[in-house]
Parts: sequence; structure tokens; C-alpha cells
Amino acid sequence: MILIHCPYCDEKRPEIEFSYGGEAHIARPPDPSAQSDNEWESYLFIRANPRGRHNERWRHIHGCGRFFNAVRDTVSDKFETTYKAGEPRQ
Amino acid sequence: MSGYRLATGGRVDRTAPAQFSFDGQSYEGLAGDTLASALIANGVAVFGRSFKYHRPRGVLGSGSEEPNALVSVDRGPGRFTPNLRATNVEVHDRLTAVSQNRWPSLKTDFGAINDRLGMFLPAGFYNKTFMWPRSFWDKLYEPAIRRMAGLGEAPTEIDPDIYAATYAHCDLLIIGAGPAGIDAALEAAGTNKRIVLIDDQNELGGGALADPSLFEWLERSVKALVDAPNLTILTRTTAFGYYHDNFIGAVQRLTDHLPDGGNAAREKLWRIRAGEVILAQGAIERPLVFEGNDTPGVMLASAARVFANRYGVAVGRSVALMASHDSGWHDVFALAKAGEGITAILDIREAVDDVLLKQAADIGVAVKLGHSVIGVSGRHGVKAIEIARNDGTGKMLVSCDALLMAGGWTPSVHLWSQSKGSLRWRDDLGAYVPDKPNEKVRCVGACAGTWNFGSGLVIDELPTPKDQARIKAFVDFQNDVTAKDIRLAVREGFRSIEHIKRYTTNGMATDQGKTSNLNGLQIASQAMARPVTDIGLTTFRPPYTPQTFGALAGHAKDALFQPTRKTNIDGWAEENGAVFELVAQWRRARYFPKAGEDMHAAVNRECLAVRERLGIFDASTLGKIEVVGPDAAEFLNRMYTNPWKALEPGRCRYGLLLKEDGFITDDGVSARLAPDRFHLTTTTGGAARVLNMMEDYLQTEWPDLNVWLTSTTEQYAVIALQGPNARKLLQPLVQGIDLSAEAFPHMAIREGTICGIPTRLFRVSFTGELGFEINVPTAHGRALWERIMAEGAQFGITPYGTEAMHVLRAEKGYIIVGQDTDGTVTPYDAGLDWAVGKKKPDFVGRRSLARPDIVASGRKQLVGLLTDDPNVVLEEGAQIVADPNQPIPMKMIGHVTSSYWSATLGRSIALAFVAGGQGRMGETLHIPMPGKTHTAKVGGMVFYDPEGTRLNV
Repeated sequence: MILIHCPYCDEKRPEIEFSYGGEAHIARPPDPSAQSDNEWESYLFIRANPRGRHNERWRHIHGCGRFFNAVRDTVSDKFETTYKAGEPRQ
Repeated sequence: MSGYRLATGGRVDRTAPAQFSFDGQSYEGLAGDTLASALIANGVAVFGRSFKYHRPRGVLGSGSEEPNALVSVDRGPGRFTPNLRATNVEVHDRLTAVSQNRWPSLKTDFGAINDRLGMFLPAGFYNKTFMWPRSFWDKLYEPAIRRMAGLGEAPTEIDPDIYAATYAHCDLLIIGAGPAGIDAALEAAGTNKRIVLIDDQNELGGGALADPSLFEWLERSVKALVDAPNLTILTRTTAFGYYHDNFIGAVQRLTDHLPDGGNAAREKLWRIRAGEVILAQGAIERPLVFEGNDTPGVMLASAARVFANRYGVAVGRSVALMASHDSGWHDVFALAKAGEGITAILDIREAVDDVLLKQAADIGVAVKLGHSVIGVSGRHGVKAIEIARNDGTGKMLVSCDALLMAGGWTPSVHLWSQSKGSLRWRDDLGAYVPDKPNEKVRCVGACAGTWNFGSGLVIDELPTPKDQARIKAFVDFQNDVTAKDIRLAVREGFRSIEHIKRYTTNGMATDQGKTSNLNGLQIASQAMARPVTDIGLTTFRPPYTPQTFGALAGHAKDALFQPTRKTNIDGWAEENGAVFELVAQWRRARYFPKAGEDMHAAVNRECLAVRERLGIFDASTLGKIEVVGPDAAEFLNRMYTNPWKALEPGRCRYGLLLKEDGFITDDGVSARLAPDRFHLTTTTGGAARVLNMMEDYLQTEWPDLNVWLTSTTEQYAVIALQGPNARKLLQPLVQGIDLSAEAFPHMAIREGTICGIPTRLFRVSFTGELGFEINVPTAHGRALWERIMAEGAQFGITPYGTEAMHVLRAEKGYIIVGQDTDGTVTPYDAGLDWAVGKKKPDFVGRRSLARPDIVASGRKQLVGLLTDDPNVVLEEGAQIVADPNQPIPMKMIGHVTSSYWSATLGRSIALAFVAGGQGRMGETLHIPMPGKTHTAKVGGMVFYDPEGTRLNV
């Protein structure tokens, strides 16, 4: 079971306290109605799904409840870092 | 093989005999024996039949690597454990063990015909033979194969044992308590680290238990470890899996070794998080591959030494050795010292160290270098071996009753590999050894490839003058895979060991190839004329040895399998005969049958009571979220499809929640209590999901909004009062709220007290009748319920359950998200256009409602269905077709989502999804069901009181 560092609690906790939230840094367009069908499709469905380094969202759902971002290697399943929501991509 | 108990030696307690039985026959063993050592001491050679060919099999090893001697232990009803290694089963009084995979008996087994037919059962036989005709598979092939193949039988009764589980944290975890593990523990014991030392045997020592010269050191060391305050020792404990971040799963066997375990837990699951791990799992000796190497009495040389020095058991009276490695020589020297008769030493090597030759000469044993065993005679035990020079000349027979194999050593890198540590091939060892770690872990001792067993020659199969395509030289004993099977797989084009493994099943048995993987690799490598490292290595996966489901499940069974959520009113429902159903882990009253009533009769009665008089319903399970803050209305306006900003305090609104893809995910009626405070309700099953979704948007998309979300589902008990008499009943009980229709209209909320209890009183209805939902602090739920029941007697108040609630809402065409929607349904599909704020510039999912596929015609739409025969209740999930006479497969244009008998209407009703449904009003559609195809007319979704006159009174 992976240990995940919650950047808000500043503590490593077992992964069962967390829930996964998909790829990070996909901001909801400020004016969705201005989006073309293709742009909206990209926002809704198109994800990078990389082999290796992946910026992704997690929520400390059974802890502080905060959403945060992480960099995880999808091959080794190791977390490189975690950082607070709103902070720049790492 | 004619084993016997040596007069002296071993670590068994010769003053403590234990009576046990094997296949119904009684035997005597000693405390400290395993089932294997005790049976060998009693002269037993055959322990079971092999998986495929049903060949008699004896003991190959002495521990968890044992592939052959699998037995079932019967500890009484429900306590039958198959596939245990006899080398791991501790003997105790009344132990009852039976052999496996034989019929009618171990001695005479009809399945052994497979052995004669072996040439017709090559690798991939099942894949090739039973492919056709397809129809034969279910009735003929599979049942026959299942009868013939397989290991022990699974028990059929429920396991009555209890299993414990615990978490542990330590600075250092040492797995394996052989000399290397003990040294590591002694060294660390002097520090202030918290240490856990695990070993799968009943006593610490590992290989030292088979070396009397180390017994004194062992005793001293174990005492030091036991005395160390910072060290926890877990014996009879198998570390079966290595998971991320030094998280190790281990199972401790607590009572199986006792004649009577009493009420104690049988096993305990340890989940250990370690700062650092030291693996000291040792190495496993490799068998040699030659014809007859599976005959009972042919075993690993190291195992014979364990039997002699640890258990005081001789494996034979005249023992021969076939070696390719020095370690076997040392083993037979130890046997000779213990008093066993050694007949011959054969070594494939043309030359060995002079020291070995001298020692052999000292004990007067004939040595034949450059020789190999080419056959074994004796079916139920070794009688003689056929040997020849490596060039095939000089064939001769040597009488013996046991043959030891010393084929070199394979480091146990299982846990290391599970931790994703890399491996390095060592030609000199013919084995992979740990290379770079992926966790904070290191290997010590034999599992790191460092040992003092001497050296050896790495070979794939012993040379033989016989036709290698006609002999059975076993590689995987448990799955009956022979060298020629692997060569056949290579000839048929398999190149990766992962494919060869699956085609031949080499290494796929319960022992996971502990003794077979490396030999299989060598044979494939030779057959392909490519280096071993080109062929790959199969993956090591947990568990290291098979573990019981009981240990893994622990307490999570029966009532503790998952939590049962109960409302404050649940006890009343139970006392009043409710039949329950589980909804999102909530136990909900489904209906309240009176004497002699079935569900149908009870639901009809409950429905009519609501329509005609008064019904009472426990709605406490509804999800509830308190939304507070200056931006609360703005937030809800962005989340829900309909407008919220203009909702006045004191009023309620039906909220429809989409996901960003435009599909309905939840709904519920919510109330505005104050400009900055809302009381949301969600579906029972959707509460956690909706809160998570709202938190997501609030935290990550709109952090500028000042809003706080709090789950209040379990803070309120909710009593729904529904029916024409609802107001009359409430009037005298409520204080501070004007209940009149003018002051308190439908879809409004008022705060006050009821029977002195503070309440949020909703005037809402999921039945179509005049209705109220009384929210009170949870602890008051049952008391209030009972008070209302007492007051309601004059109105014939009737408790109703979820089933009647479903019928009543369907009569009104109210959908249930998750039943009438399936994650691909838009508000338009569900006929909820009215709930979409057309003027709102944005809400979650709005943009998706304009996507081409969503606005396309012909989408499935929710409609009402009335069967032409009013007595037919359609099956929920039944498919709908337009033309019943079309050829099969018919074009299905929709399905029934909700279907009930309506006592109010005296006929059946149904909701259904139908392609272009809203344009099919009045059309007759066809619903094929078992036995008959029914007809029904498409209509609106509201079957009862479409004007809503009963609501607004």
C-alpha cells in the first residue's frame, strides 16, 4: 500500500485515506458555451495517459478532505512529489 | 524408499510421542516432527498422486518449496484444508491427514492410465484437443477434466474458525531466521530500532537446524534475540507479499499445530510497515532433470540432510547421490555421520575437489565422476538406479532405496522481485541474484547468492543415451511438466518464457515454480540455443505460499463484511415486522407485512392507505448536505441545471445535477433556509458522490466562492407523512409553524418545533399526495415516530416501505436516478426539460447538452407504457421491439426501467426508455418476455392525478 504525502496535512498517510481524481491541470473553461465541439470534447474526454511521469489529482478524502496535485510515475507507481491545488505544474 | 527413525540425533522430542493418522491409518510421530518426517520415519514413501499423470509421488524437499507431498488436513466439519505441504504440517496428537488426487486409493489409482497415455498428452494438449466441437466443452470435456485433474478438494461447509488481523510498524523487518537473518537481528538488536523478525518455521534457525555443529551457536543466539526488548519474533509466520513502500503482508499460524486450538484465532494477518527490510530467505536447492526423477524416494540432497539432522529420520538404508554441485557431497557426508548408509556418489562433473574425494574415501563410498542417472526402477519407491557415463557408455544398475539430487541452488528472490528490485544473472550459479533495490531493502545470506556450499556445474538436463523425446524427465513436479514438453513448446514457436510457461504450465502450480523455474529456463535456453537472459524471467507474484481465504478475509465476513447503516427508527421497523432491503449500505424497511400477507398484498395495502388516508415513511437515509456561505446561492446556481439565485428563503426547489458530460447523476429537493444557507437533499445512494463532486468544483474550479459544505445525512431523522390527512395529524403537534395551505404551500420549508423538538419541516411529496417531511435531530427520530403513530391511529396511519414508495412515485412519473437513468440520460431524454434553466449562461453539464450526439434525433427517451392486458406487469429490464415478427436477432429500441402493479389504478404501469419515445405517443410496442410477447401503448409518464390537484390542498 502506497504512502502518500498530503501537502495540507504535511504527513505521509496510507493510500486508503485518499481517492484518485484523474489528470491534473485540466481547468474548466471559464465560458464553456464559447467552446467549439472539438474544444469541449478535448476538455471532457482527451487525456494524456502517459507512460511515466503523470500530473494527477488526489483527494485526502478520509483525512483533511482537500484536493491536491501529485506527480506519480505510472510505471513504478512511485510518487515524485505532491503539491497544493492552485500551485503551478511540477 | 525405506525410511526409518535414527537412533539418535535430531531436534525432535523423543519423550513426546504423537498419534496421528494418514489416509485412515494410525502412525506415531514425535513432537517436533512434520507430517513428512514422521511418515518417512514410518517407512511411508508415497504421499500423493501427481496432477496430470497420476504418478505416485513422495517427498522432494523439506519446507515450503515442496511440490509433491501435498495433503489435506481434516480438523472437523468446515475445517478441511487442502493442498498443504506435508513438509510444513506439524505433527500433533489426533492430526488427521489424507492424500489427494487419487481414486480409489493412493496405491491403486485409475487416473494413472494417463501415465501410459502420456505420449498423447503433450504440452498444450488441452488447448489443442478440446477446442472442438465447442458444444462438447461444457457437458463433456470440462467435467471430465475437472474430475481427473486438480489437487485437493475445496471444503463445502462454512469455515467456523476465527481469524485475527493486526497492523505493525517497525524500523527494521527481517524476513527469514536462518544464520544470515539471525546475524542481522543480533547486530540490530544492539541499536534502539524497533525490529520484527519473521520466520515460517516453528523455531528459529533455518538451515542451522540441519547442522548440529551450529546448534550451540543457535541456542545462544536465539536466547539473545528473545531477551532483546526491541525485537518481536514471529515464528510460524509466512511473509507472503511485498507491497509498495515497505508494506509487507504476513500470516501467522496460531493453532493448527495444536491438538486443540480451543477458541483462539486460527491465523493472524500481519500488515507490517517497515522502515527498512532485510530479506534473508535463503536459497532452494534445484532438482536434476532425468528420467524417473519423480519416483518416490528421489529427493533433494539438502532435504535428506534436514530429515536426518533436524528430525532424526533416515530417508533410506542405502542412499545414492546424483550431484552436479559440491553441496550434495557435504550432505551425504552429514548423512553418513548421522548413521545413514551411503551406497554411491555420482557426479556429472569429470573432476571435483580432492577434499571431497578424500572425504568420500574416508566413509568408504563408491564415487563415479562423469556419470549420470539415466533411469530409476521402482514405481512406488526407488529400488535401483540406472547409470551411464556422460557419453552414454558403461550402463549399469545400482541398487539403492533413495536417490538424492544436488543440482545447485536458486536464491529465493521472490519477495525481492515483488518489491520490484532488479535481478542480475550469474552464470556461475546458474541463477538470478538481487541487483538494484527499488525500496529500502537488502538481501543477506543465500538469497543474495552468497553461500559456502561450494561450486557446481549448471546444466539443463542430465545426458542420456535414451531417446529424449520418449522419456519423462520432470521439470515441474506439481504440474507434471517434463523437459520434452518445454522443448516441444520451443519447437512450436514459443520464444518468451512467459509464453512457454503458460503453454506448458511450467511453474504455474501452487508452488509457483520454486524448484522448476530455473531448470525450465535452462532447458528452453538450450533448445533455442540462446542465452538464458534472452528468454526473460517470469514474474514473481504474491503469495509466496498459498494462504487461506480466512486469514485474508479476517473479520470481514458475515455481519462484519460491510457496515450496515441503520436509522434511528430502524429498531421500530424491526419490532414491527419490516422486511428489509439494503440500499447503499443502509438497511431500509421494504414493506411491513401483516399476518398472512405476501409482499404484493402488503404493498397494495400500504399504497392505498397513502392515497386514501395517511402513510408514514422513514426517509432518514436521504442524503443531506448543508450549504452555507455568502456565495451559497451562486454555487448551487452553477452546480444545478435550474436557477437558484431567486429562490426565496422558506421555499424548496427540485434540483437536477448533471455531470460535465451532460448526463444526470443525481437529483433531490432542496430548501433555502436563509440567504446564505441551504438544506440540500440527494438520493440515498448518491450522498457521498454528490458531496465529493461539489467539493471538487468548490476547491479546484471556484476557490474564490465563499461556501462551506457539510454532510448532515446522519444528523437528521426524516419522517415522511403522506396522505390527505397529513396536515390534520400534524396540526396539533407543531408549534411555531402555520400549516395552512396559504401560509405553507407545497415546496416550502418552515422551522419550528414538533412535540417540543426543533424541526425543519418540509412540505414536499414523492407520492403525489399532500405531504410533509419532518427533519428532527437524529436522536429524536424514533420517539417522534412513535408519537405520530399513536396520534395517527385515528386516521388509520399506515407505515409503508421503499416498495410502496417506488409504486407511488411511479404512478406520478417521478424518476429514480439510477433506476430510470443509467449514466447516459440527459434531462431532455428523461422528460425533465422544465428543470433546465434555459436562460442560465452556465451550469455543470450545460455545454454538453449542445453536443451533436445529444441534440440528435432518435435518442432513447423516457415514456410511460400501459400494457394492453392490464394484468400483465412487465419485467424491469425487458427489451422493447417495434415489430415482433422480425427475424431474430430483433432490433431492440428500448427497455423497461420501472414496472409495478398499481393498486390505486387497478392495473399495471411501467416507465421505459424508447428510441424517439416522445414522438411515439399512442404507438403500440412489443415486449418479448419468457413465454409470451406482450403489447403496450406508449403514453405520458404521469399515470395518476396529472393536474397535481391532490398536492396543492
